Amino acid sequence: MAVTDLQKQSSFLRNTREKLIQIALLLAATVSILTTIGIVFSLLFETIAFFSEVSIIEFLTETEWTPLFSIKKYGIWPLLSATLLTSAIALLVAVPLGLVAAIFLSEFASDNVRRTIKPLLEILAGIPTVVYGYFALTTVTPFLKNFIPTLSIFNSLSAGIVMGVMLIPYVASLSEDSLSAVPNSLREAAYGLGSTRFEVATRVVAPAAISGIVASIVLAFSRAVGETMIVAIAAGQNPRFTFDPTVPVMTMTSYIVQVSLGDTPYGSLSYYTLYAVGFTLFLFTFILNIFSYWMVRKFREVYD
Amino acid sequence: MSTQERLRDDAKEAAELITSIADTVDRGSGNLKWRHFKGTILSVIGWASIIFGLGVLAILIIDVINRATGIFTGGQNWLTWDFFNNFDSRFAQRAGAKAAIVGTLYTISLTILFAFPLGVAAAIYLEEYANDNWFTRLVEINISNLAAVPSIIYGLLGLQVFARWLMLDRSIITGALTLALLVVPIIIVASRESIRAVPLSLRQASYALGATRWQTTWYVVLPQAIGGILTGSILAVSRAIGEAAPLITIGALTFVPFLPRNLFDIFTVLPIQIFNWTSRPQDDFRALAAAGIVVLLAILLTINALAIYLRIRYQKRY
Repeated sequence: MAVTDLQKQSSFLRNTREKLIQIALLLAATVSILTTIGIVFSLLFETIAFFSEVSIIEFLTETEWTPLFSIKKYGIWPLLSATLLTSAIALLVAVPLGLVAAIFLSEFASDNVRRTIKPLLEILAGIPTVVYGYFALTTVTPFLKNFIPTLSIFNSLSAGIVMGVMLIPYVASLSEDSLSAVPNSLREAAYGLGSTRFEVATRVVAPAAISGIVASIVLAFSRAVGETMIVAIAAGQNPRFTFDPTVPVMTMTSYIVQVSLGDTPYGSLSYYTLYAVGFTLFLFTFILNIFSYWMVRKFREVYD
Repeated sequence: MSTQERLRDDAKEAAELITSIADTVDRGSGNLKWRHFKGTILSVIGWASIIFGLGVLAILIIDVINRATGIFTGGQNWLTWDFFNNFDSRFAQRAGAKAAIVGTLYTISLTILFAFPLGVAAAIYLEEYANDNWFTRLVEINISNLAAVPSIIYGLLGLQVFARWLMLDRSIITGALTLALLVVPIIIVASRESIRAVPLSLRQASYALGATRWQTTWYVVLPQAIGGILTGSILAVSRAIGEAAPLITIGALTFVPFLPRNLFDIFTVLPIQIFNWTSRPQDDFRALAAAGIVVLLAILLTINALAIYLRIRYQKRY
């Protein structure tokens, strides 16, 4: 009698504990959703406040950005063009180098080489971006000045190149993963038909892995758009609508840094500009991320 | 459609496929030596790209060490005891990184305290408890998207939610909470992979002995998965150590000539201190920034070595 009571009690305690633990774990998983909601709402609130004072048409059509001057103009284009310019330069470096490295590592290199080189390359992605910014400003820019005498101290060229080096492992690693995932039967079939190793790699394996390759490029692009410290240190603080890589410019992220460093009173219009720019940046990267997610799903070749 | 028709269709499709592959191979034919040589060219370019990337890394490290210590080209050694023991100053000769180093230690310890339990708990839920329903899928898509959100956006979130709404202002707690949100998705992804690698048979054995789900998770799954969880979490934390952008956005100061008295005090961290010294035009401050970078890279190197050690120590094969 007493024993059954004890059993009942202990099984009740045990079930309650199990339930409570499950709820606690569920709450932990929910935090990630709350983070996204927090990001969207905090950006949205202040962005709406911004657009109640500045028309969205001015924001999208004006080509000057001078919110901290006496004559205030709020056109996103100078910041957007700088962001696109530095990102494009970075991709021009990272995509060819990363892709060739990926094809080489996956299709040509021995297992030993691949196992050594891949982690070494990934060190590049682990260096803090403030270090890259320092390197771009103090070493790469003076070096480039030897070839381009008109280069300004702050410019998007050296910021973009250094950012590109940082992005090599993003492109190389993800592309290599999807190249390695292509089943060997495809390679063997192509060899059986008389292909060389180069032809197998470029005409059979690479096309089969195209969804992963494109996704890696899109993700690198999204990283470049959101990258902050390299451009804040090395690309300058001058918002201007230009695609000249040798002059100082200001990206969306550099603007957020510049305003954050100053003492911007809460609730002022310049405080709201932080969030309007932040929201534009978020939308941009969000669309790129969703696109790469969709690419992988839609164009993934499934082999049994 | 009859079986015969289907077979005929299949055969037609197979024939088309073979023709197209043969066409592809055909276009590549010609001089066989040249066709093989193209592979050699690709290998050379492949090596060149890798050497370029690693070469830049080597130049960066040598350059920074040289600027900080003058070891290769001569010059002042800035990496002295004073550098670790002095606060920031308007005079380069008297400036040090004490407040930044201590600030980094405080902020990162708190970040680990917030992020590690949260990330591992979420990973356990997703791997051991969740059913495959819309909520689970939403959480999964959401996590993969969060991992790609720029870090500066987390700064704007921290500024609004922690600094303003929770009125924590520009304190260490605000900084740590912001960084915690930034690294939680990375910890979740790494922990899930490690938990998933624990074979199902171990769980079944545990259930067969009458253990509950939580007992199985706590006493069987987690001890097996802890190596991978720790490795992934350490790598996530090493990302937080190098972050400057989100902390600048929440208003962490660049000039802090004292140690934080408590967790609600204003603070600075090593990456922000480096940024601050870099943005001053004098060469002496640039050298100080280099000294800060050497310290930061040394911390990261130690932490990564620890992660590699743990990975080897806990490596198991089934």
